[in-house]
Amino acid sequence: MSSVVIRVENLSKEYRLGTISHGTLYRDLQSGWAKFRGNEDPNARIGSINREQLNSINDRFCALKDVSFDVRQGEIIGIIGRNGAGKSTLLKIISRVTAPTSGTIKIKGRVASLLEVGTGFHPELTGRENIFLNGAILGMQTGEIEQKFDEIVNFSEINKFIDTPVKRYSSGMYVRLAFAVAAHLDPDILVVDEVLAVGDAQFQDKCLGKMKDVSKGGRTVLFVSHQMSAVENLCSRVLLIDTGKIAADGPTREIIPKYLQKFKTDAIAGDFADRNDREGTGEFRFQKVWLTDNQGNIVDYFHTGERLVAIQVLLAPKHDNMEIRAIVTLTINDVSGFRLIALRSEDLDQIFTLNGPSTLKFQIHRIHLMPGIYICNLFLGRWGGVEPYDFVENAFILKIEPGFFLENCKTTSFQPEKIIVDYSIDYEQIPKGLKDP
Amino acid sequence: MTSSDDDSNWTMEIRSRSGWFDIDLSELWRYRDLILLFVRRDFVAYYKQTVLGPLWFLLQPLFSTIVFTVIFSNIAHISTDGLPPFLFYMSGTVAWTYFASCMTQTSNTFITNAGIFGKVYFPRLVVPVAVVISNLITFAIQFGLFLVFLASFYLTGSTIQPNVWLLLVPLLLVQMAALGLGMGILISSMTTKYRDLTFALGFGVQLWMYATPIVYPLSQIPAKWQWLFALNPMTAIIETFRYAFLGSGAIQPWVLGVSLAMTILILALGIVLFSHVEKTFMDTI
Repeated sequence: MSSVVIRVENLSKEYRLGTISHGTLYRDLQSGWAKFRGNEDPNARIGSINREQLNSINDRFCALKDVSFDVRQGEIIGIIGRNGAGKSTLLKIISRVTAPTSGTIKIKGRVASLLEVGTGFHPELTGRENIFLNGAILGMQTGEIEQKFDEIVNFSEINKFIDTPVKRYSSGMYVRLAFAVAAHLDPDILVVDEVLAVGDAQFQDKCLGKMKDVSKGGRTVLFVSHQMSAVENLCSRVLLIDTGKIAADGPTREIIPKYLQKFKTDAIAGDFADRNDREGTGEFRFQKVWLTDNQGNIVDYFHTGERLVAIQVLLAPKHDNMEIRAIVTLTINDVSGFRLIALRSEDLDQIFTLNGPSTLKFQIHRIHLMPGIYICNLFLGRWGGVEPYDFVENAFILKIEPGFFLENCKTTSFQPEKIIVDYSIDYEQIPKGLKDP
Repeated sequence: MTSSDDDSNWTMEIRSRSGWFDIDLSELWRYRDLILLFVRRDFVAYYKQTVLGPLWFLLQPLFSTIVFTVIFSNIAHISTDGLPPFLFYMSGTVAWTYFASCMTQTSNTFITNAGIFGKVYFPRLVVPVAVVISNLITFAIQFGLFLVFLASFYLTGSTIQPNVWLLLVPLLLVQMAALGLGMGILISSMTTKYRDLTFALGFGVQLWMYATPIVYPLSQIPAKWQWLFALNPMTAIIETFRYAFLGSGAIQPWVLGVSLAMTILILALGIVLFSHVEKTFMDTI
């Protein structure tokens, strides 16, 4: 068996929430002076008994709890889990962007981490200059970059524009160049965070291919992604992280179904009032969801081709008498996170004035989805603002069962495609002697 | 977890932020290419964005010098040790500008680079060191201007006497860089906790300038306060710089010694604090 190149031992990371100090020297001095004279701290929070105590009880958030695992040379490990589970924290610690609170990570060899593509790119510099700068930021020496320069340019497919400032590049070109640099790092250990979410499909395939090559050369890859298909495609082993702990560790084909299953049981319950892996300011929040058929009966799933079904959600305010003007979006994605459908109130020119607990009914006139499992996100946006009220990713699972979309033709669940439309195929023979139409 | 055969040869160990002296300066040397590339980036980006690039660098000391000459010499009649006021102020301004820009531009290292620091690891000191070197280019331009004026005054028979102390000028430059860097990283480490320091800095730099013999000569300070000025490390630097080019000043070797000691102390303190903060500042910013 190949040797261990990363050993993570009892790793924990705690974040302190809220204030550590008051954030300004002035306030700290003021508090210090008051304490010195025996007065009450003018900056103490009203009702708080004791800051020390508060810190220890409420103000800490454990992003990682006592995590241990080994990685052997040449393994490609996928790290999966929900938003806020601790995946990114783990990568940040391995990448040395931040230090752990306790525990150690021992590493053999050079680590290159790609938490973002194009870190440090300067818009005014040319592609060529940025290759050198970005390469150096990622830990390459100038000589090394010179050696690989042609390879990088070829991989990025932007040969013609290499001496153009990158501010003139399209976003696709920018990403290609950035990934090309990263792909040629040749580290012993490569740490990648979801960078594949960008770029067109063809380039994504190229990147995945490159990552596979990297591991064939005996290198080790740690890969964080929400895209199950990419993880399945690339990784031999998967670490499932949940609430800061390793929930499962094993071969990809065993862990991913388990993950999706867990997802299903968690999400299909349809009640997510208690979920805290959500974003937004929280004046109003999504509470639960249920599905109804054309009779208004609550159902567990829809059928392909079913008409006049609805997805209904319950919304509740944080405090009574709260009124907001909001837009709402429901997106339906495949299990790899690829967005298929979005139902936007904005596109219908609908703005809702919410006042007190309310329900929203997304009426779907006909189901164009093929049988399978789909993941839905719910978004409650601020009308005329940026920060949403509530955004729940992976809010619930939408299950579609086989049904009759086309007359007399039942869809099956064995097909890989996701979408179906009304169609027919006609046959007509061209009479002899006539030219092609 | 039990394979003990490969428990040796780890190239790196990541652990919690522990001691205060967990500092690895050799790493900085390994990243020297990056330092140079940052310098290049700053330089290229600056010149691509401004039409008047280098001209602006020339105007700035020129204006300060003219303003100082009018206000402090012509109106307030403050002594310049018998030197031509224009050269007197310009020598001080050019040297001070280098120090001050090193300090102010490195003092926001963590805040302005939070984006890049949050995504990739490299020794954080690379950034302030690159800033100090970038500023050397600006200094060279302004220093060139000073030399032009110096030569023209010299050739028209002014009383200035450039002397053997000129040999110290490169060392003074290194000392200013070290002091500016030390102060800058000290402040930047503290701004991660105290944001209001950034506002205090602009004001502080002004005050510090007037506490340094730039618009007045050290010889004007009463003997009983000389020790206080000696504590300001910039005093010796400016006085020596001026003395080397113009041949008049009141610098004493022990003051230079104190200044050097202060510089080393501030730089060391800066590096210690900076290295301590860099490991977890991403969590607080």
